[in-house]
Amino acid sequence: MNGAIAIARREFKTFFNSPIAYIVLGGFLLLAGWLFFSTLFLAGQASLRGFFGLAPVLFVVLVPAITMRALAEERKSGTLELLLTLPVPDWQVALGKFFASLGMVAVGLACTLPYAFSVAVLTGPGPAFDWGPVVAGYLGLLLLASAFIGLGLWGSALSKNQIVGFIVGLVLCFAFYFVDKFAPLLPDALGQVLQFLSVDYHFENIARGVIDTRDLVFYLTLTVAGLLLTTQTVGGARQ
Amino acid sequence: MPGSMIHIEGLVKRYGTTEALKGLSFEVPRGQVVGFLGPNGAGKSTTMKILAGSLRPTSGRALVAGLDVQEDPVAARRRIGYLPENNPLYEDMMVVEYLRFIAEVRGVPPAERRAKLQRAVESCGLGQVIGKDIGQLSRGFRQRVGLAQAILHDPDLLILDEPTAGLDPNQIVEIRSLIRELGREKTVILSTHILSEVQTTCSRVLIINDGRLVADDTPEHLTQASEGGGALHVVVAARHGQLLEVSRVRDVLAGMPGVTGVEQADADGPGTFGFEVRFGNEDVRRTLFDVVVQNDLVLLEVRRTQASLEDTFRKLTMDPRRAA
Repeated sequence: MNGAIAIARREFKTFFNSPIAYIVLGGFLLLAGWLFFSTLFLAGQASLRGFFGLAPVLFVVLVPAITMRALAEERKSGTLELLLTLPVPDWQVALGKFFASLGMVAVGLACTLPYAFSVAVLTGPGPAFDWGPVVAGYLGLLLLASAFIGLGLWGSALSKNQIVGFIVGLVLCFAFYFVDKFAPLLPDALGQVLQFLSVDYHFENIARGVIDTRDLVFYLTLTVAGLLLTTQTVGGARQ
Repeated sequence: MPGSMIHIEGLVKRYGTTEALKGLSFEVPRGQVVGFLGPNGAGKSTTMKILAGSLRPTSGRALVAGLDVQEDPVAARRRIGYLPENNPLYEDMMVVEYLRFIAEVRGVPPAERRAKLQRAVESCGLGQVIGKDIGQLSRGFRQRVGLAQAILHDPDLLILDEPTAGLDPNQIVEIRSLIRELGREKTVILSTHILSEVQTTCSRVLIINDGRLVADDTPEHLTQASEGGGALHVVVAARHGQLLEVSRVRDVLAGMPGVTGVEQADADGPGTFGFEVRFGNEDVRRTLFDVVVQNDLVLLEVRRTQASLEDTFRKLTMDPRRAA
């Protein structure tokens, strides 16, 4: 695991050296802030439902923007060869990149915590602010981000072009977000299958405050699948 | 063979329809500094990449310290320090950060990291740039960072793909002496197409051409083996300042018994002529002296010349179709 940790640490540091990091995180915080406070001011409700309702869509864009560089840049600058000749199995390379990306998402989410606190403080007298769904929501977002990171990393591993990495990641993440949106129009059996494939559906379950193993297993499976594909593609550079 | 550092057996590498390696086999014992020569596209880098683990062979086996690079990749890579051809580095890291990362990712125990880092920095002369971003470094310093990265974990085998490419003459001399230094305790395989580099740093030369091994010997042997007999560099002038015709002098020299060929070479100034006289098994120096005197010429210089490694290299790697 030393290899994965060292790679993760390096990647995390490098990310904050680049202006892209600040643009991406800044954009995310701006949109997130708007989502937080729009419900508060427009609907007059002290709830985070607005934010958690749309955060998955935000992540469809945010996560690929974070992961696009991870492996494409290594391929472009030739440092991938260095990684391939290190005494580190390929899966640890993928895992290192995964942890670094998850760390960046966590930083982004941590920056939204003040929003949550302000909303909580603004809750009027009466029933206390309910923190349960908030904690569950954040946990759900981390799980959702993990699944997206797996997909985004694979996109990034495919070519040396970051933009290709971004677009492939975006399309994959969007597909897993959008897959159940027409489910109500389809026959029940099919609808249920599509619903089970949807990251959004499982996120809603968790954000409601119910942590079900089925949801955890889904996210974990998707994450592992993405990382396996990434490992495969990274190793394929040896052809 | 146990005890050998590199064992390569029937290595084949195909890229699509082109075959870069066509069954390469060789063996390198521990502690040797081997020069890997060959024209561009001969398969030098391909071989080194397979050894280092960044390329998978189509067939054949490559063993490093007895470990198969395919079956036991992580253990094999642990024994290797590798400087890739164009020395890719993380441009946005500081030299010290980068080396620390390499130490960490290569699993150098934390207790030894400081000492090993210091040793690598010292032996590669990186002291003054340690806090600079790699992206700002000159070519020579970048190359040294690449070398420092390769020797940091004290590997048994160093694979250096064109370590002096793109350096100025002073830097080349420095890197070469560093390699010689490293060669005292480690096995080194380095590729180059600067032939003098091989003569000054290596104890053995492997020449490959078109994916096959075409020569495997010491640099000294290779410079002699290409010639049967020998060659003389001869400079002559007219005795009394009369005009001389090149062709006449050449005919005189070529007419000597035992001479197999005469070619015009560098002269010594106006009125003098230089020739490269090749001869077979018979030493022609005595005859030469007599012949020159008989023809009213003065011998200004006679020097035995050695076939250069360049000649051997050209002879061994020239495409016969192109040579014809």
